[in-house]
Amino acid sequence: MTFTREKDFGTPAKHGETVSLTIDGQPVSVPAGTSIMRAAAMVDTAIPKLCATDSLESFGSCRLCLVEIEGRKGYPASCTTPVAPEMVVRTETDKLRKLRRGVMELYISDHPLDCLTCSANGDCELQDQAGAVGLRDVRFGYEGANHLEGCKDESNPYFTFDPAKCIVCSRCVRACDDVQGTLALTVDGRGFASKIAASQGEDFLSSECVSCGACVQACPTSALIENTVIDKGTPDKSVVTTCAYCGVGCTFRAEMRGEDLVRMVPWKEGKANHGHSCVKGRFAWGYAQHRDRILNPMVRTSVDEPWREVSWEEAITHVASEFRRIQSSYGTRAIGGITSSRCTNEETFLVQKLIRQGFGNNNVDTCARVCHSPTGYGLKTTFGTSAGTQDFDSVEQADVILVIGANPTDGHPVFASRMKRRLREGARLIVVDPRRIDLVRSPHIEAAYHLPLQPGTNVALLTAMAHVIVTEGLVDEAYVRERCDGEAYAEWAAFVSEPARSPEAIEELTGVPAADLRAAARLYATGGNGAIYYGLGVTEHSQGSSTVMAIANLAMATGNVGKPGTGVNPLRGQNNVQGSCDMGSFPHELPGYRHVSDNATRALFEADWGVTLDAQPGLRINNMLDAATDGTFKGIFIQGEDILQSDPNTKHVAAGLAAMECVVVQDLFLNETANYAHVFLPGSTFLEKDGTFTNAERRIQMVRKVMEPKNGYADWEVVQLVANAMGLRWTYTHPSQIMDEIARLTPTFAGVSFDVLEERGSVQWPMNAAAPEGTPTMHLDQFVRGKGLFVVTDYVPTDERTGPRFPLLLTTGRILSQYNVGAQTRRTENGAWHAEDRLEIHPHDAENRGIRDGDWVALRSRAGETTLRALITDRVAPGVVYTTFHHPDTQANVITTDFSDWATNCPEYKVTAVQVMPSNGPSDWQTRYREQSDRSRRIATVEPAE
Amino acid sequence: MSDHAMMSTDERLAYMAEHILRNFATRGEDEAIEATAEHIGLYWDPSMKARATAMADEPGVPLSEAARAVFRRLGEEQPLT
Ligand code: SF4
Ligand code: SF4
Ligand code: SF4
Ligand code: FES
Repeated sequence: MTFTREKDFGTPAKHGETVSLTIDGQPVSVPAGTSIMRAAAMVDTAIPKLCATDSLESFGSCRLCLVEIEGRKGYPASCTTPVAPEMVVRTETDKLRKLRRGVMELYISDHPLDCLTCSANGDCELQDQAGAVGLRDVRFGYEGANHLEGCKDESNPYFTFDPAKCIVCSRCVRACDDVQGTLALTVDGRGFASKIAASQGEDFLSSECVSCGACVQACPTSALIENTVIDKGTPDKSVVTTCAYCGVGCTFRAEMRGEDLVRMVPWKEGKANHGHSCVKGRFAWGYAQHRDRILNPMVRTSVDEPWREVSWEEAITHVASEFRRIQSSYGTRAIGGITSSRCTNEETFLVQKLIRQGFGNNNVDTCARVCHSPTGYGLKTTFGTSAGTQDFDSVEQADVILVIGANPTDGHPVFASRMKRRLREGARLIVVDPRRIDLVRSPHIEAAYHLPLQPGTNVALLTAMAHVIVTEGLVDEAYVRERCDGEAYAEWAAFVSEPARSPEAIEELTGVPAADLRAAARLYATGGNGAIYYGLGVTEHSQGSSTVMAIANLAMATGNVGKPGTGVNPLRGQNNVQGSCDMGSFPHELPGYRHVSDNATRALFEADWGVTLDAQPGLRINNMLDAATDGTFKGIFIQGEDILQSDPNTKHVAAGLAAMECVVVQDLFLNETANYAHVFLPGSTFLEKDGTFTNAERRIQMVRKVMEPKNGYADWEVVQLVANAMGLRWTYTHPSQIMDEIARLTPTFAGVSFDVLEERGSVQWPMNAAAPEGTPTMHLDQFVRGKGLFVVTDYVPTDERTGPRFPLLLTTGRILSQYNVGAQTRRTENGAWHAEDRLEIHPHDAENRGIRDGDWVALRSRAGETTLRALITDRVAPGVVYTTFHHPDTQANVITTDFSDWATNCPEYKVTAVQVMPSNGPSDWQTRYREQSDRSRRIATVEPAE
Repeated sequence: MSDHAMMSTDERLAYMAEHILRNFATRGEDEAIEATAEHIGLYWDPSMKARATAMADEPGVPLSEAARAVFRRLGEEQPLT
């Protein structure tokens, strides 16, 4: 591991015909449109530069990059001048050196000369360029007017803006505009008076800034610099790894100083993020070192007792003997486990293997149950496989983007920036969401249509869109004829054409004006490449699977599957939710989405694992909890998931856990579920282990260990210890061997190995003999299942109804700065943006109830009651309230019911009938829960040995 | 089914089956019964199937005729192998 800065080519890559020219006597061939600066960099000729960087289009303001071109007058800027055939360029002449030195002198005369003590010393382009142009002295003196007295802006918890160090190159402004798309920064004033300002001259924290870090990365000096670099110094080595937060799967250079992580810098080569990031991956990694982390295994006989720290050996032996005891008393199927979408593919694979091979049953489930299980069901039924159809780059070719039940700027920010760039270029946008998400109207972006439907009416709305497409003759008939099952199409077309499915017929139900719905359907069908992006607002409904199929139907009917710029794209929540599903985390499927009843698949695994596998599906999480309450399910191994906080109907979850005899939780922190645990096994962070994550575009990427696990073992090693204590004979010494086993047993992964990933950076499955390069776009010539299958999706209203007692509909979501149950982000400075969950309520509903902004309110449903503070806003429609679920004190899932998707039992988080009333403070449940939680987190202090 | 939150396991299984049936209803009753039985065959664990089978002919359990037919069919089916 050594530290080298990523090479900066000065301007972005272009893709045109090849042009040949000569630079300093060297022949160079580059795509047309490439700048001279980039062409020079490609043959390792670094032209001095300040205002250019290859993540941004050139701007040409600093005049440092001047060159001479034979046959042309003057000294053009190489960053803004494109190459031309037969051009002859010189980058170093006496005249150029003189000109550049003059430019540098001006910059330096207005710059503090404290390089030796500056935080960016050794990592500053101004310093480098002064050296490069040979500047040794400044003729103008430092006494004249300068900006050296500017006040630092330290409001952002992660970076500092020091105007004294600013050379007004505007790289930060352009990064915020073009890369991030937030447009939070401006150059205020002109000429000498110009300076960088956040929004309307506010500090960074109060401005529009979302703390993505793009400006900090773009800044050539220490004017914008990470606070960790100020504190710890510049890094001396780096390792490329993958973000462990969301399903975008940004790759980063973890830049280290010794064993200490200094900063995470988005990796330009990363194919998911192309050098961009969001506040979470970029800055919110402090939880990995947080003092709340539990580093020693702990055991207790009853959850009323304090925890007792024990050795790893004692803990593992205890787990194995408890699980075997339970099985001998209550039967093979009395135990099970839950895999984590936070963990690596290799770890997830091992947990399901432990359950199938070691427990001898299929009682394995995963957090995807509560998010994207309907995607699995819906896309497998219609297309033949459980995955999104495109890569992220595809959005660059989309003409119409339909976003339904997703809030990409908060949930999938880096992908949202790409999407916003495409929208600024002119793609049209349709948003289907009960709430006016940011994307509906943001700088330079305005949705063509926002269809603010009533929560729970997705299927009716999508079927009405299909009605318009079919009855107005907008179907891509040639595509349907060639690619889809004709009989199923005919049945579906007849169904959607019925007058009862028309936009007018469902207008009252959905609350969406029929004319808007018709116009949106026409736009999607006729506007060119149509791409659908969806999230949990689609899946977390009693008709989640039907909604996914309704989306697939629309895409097939309009010929929008099987080419770039189109497709059906689930935006996956967790970093490895795609991977955990791929790895066989569902109770009915072995890795690679093959049903456990499939004899040939089972035989393959049985031969490899040397056991007979259960041919019957196992229990889903909610059924495990039911079985626990009934006394037939007694033990569970939960890796990296906090079901008490994340699963619906908290009281039901608590009752299930409380009824078990051995609950084993493996996590970084004592999470809420651990309140009911008998064994706690400390987990390791993504910085402490090797492995792979698979992002929402099926891209498998390396996670690399940058430091030793503080708890002693990587999670895969802990699973192996448990397996071996239960009598299995596993001998993995590195996660690459686990990937080899996955590849051996899973046809879609056949070509994947750590060596291949090292070589290529990342690959998208399927990757095998039929797709040796991996698969960026799926279903190219035909669907995985052969013919695409249209499925009739009848609208079946949810049983969760509003009425006099519960007149409002609650829907839930998340926010940029926090992540899911908040276990990590709450242990970082991200609280600066979102310190508590708030209940969004429309002014009309608030006024009726005498609620003012910021008041405590009681939120009550059939399942329970909680309290939180109100935020009055017209983002939500009258009759709808909304909250996030990042804070355990809010316990939003005390409210949610356990109604669920008919096909997969994915909980209906997005629709709960509630009442909202003014309140004085926490509910009884919250108070009791807090007390119990504090009690169950006690750790016994051990008397030191004599 | 007013208090869903407090359902017993049997009530929940009955509810789940009725819910699946409703989503297949456009196919007509016979096909809906068949599709629901097939769905349950693929996704429910053996203990859930066994309880469902036991409920099929219990007069006291509030179940639609279609759901009873589904549960009966589960009992007749060869176990998945
Ligand atoms: S803050 Fe940095 S990037 Fe922005 S204008 Fe100043 S020097 Fe350039
Ligand atoms: S951190 Fe991101 S959002 Fe904030 S000003 Fe910089 S580029 Fe813009
Ligand atoms: S967008 Fe997702 S993957 Fe990328 S940095 Fe943010 S949280 Fe990490
Ligand atoms: S780098 Fe070309 S003008 Fe600044």
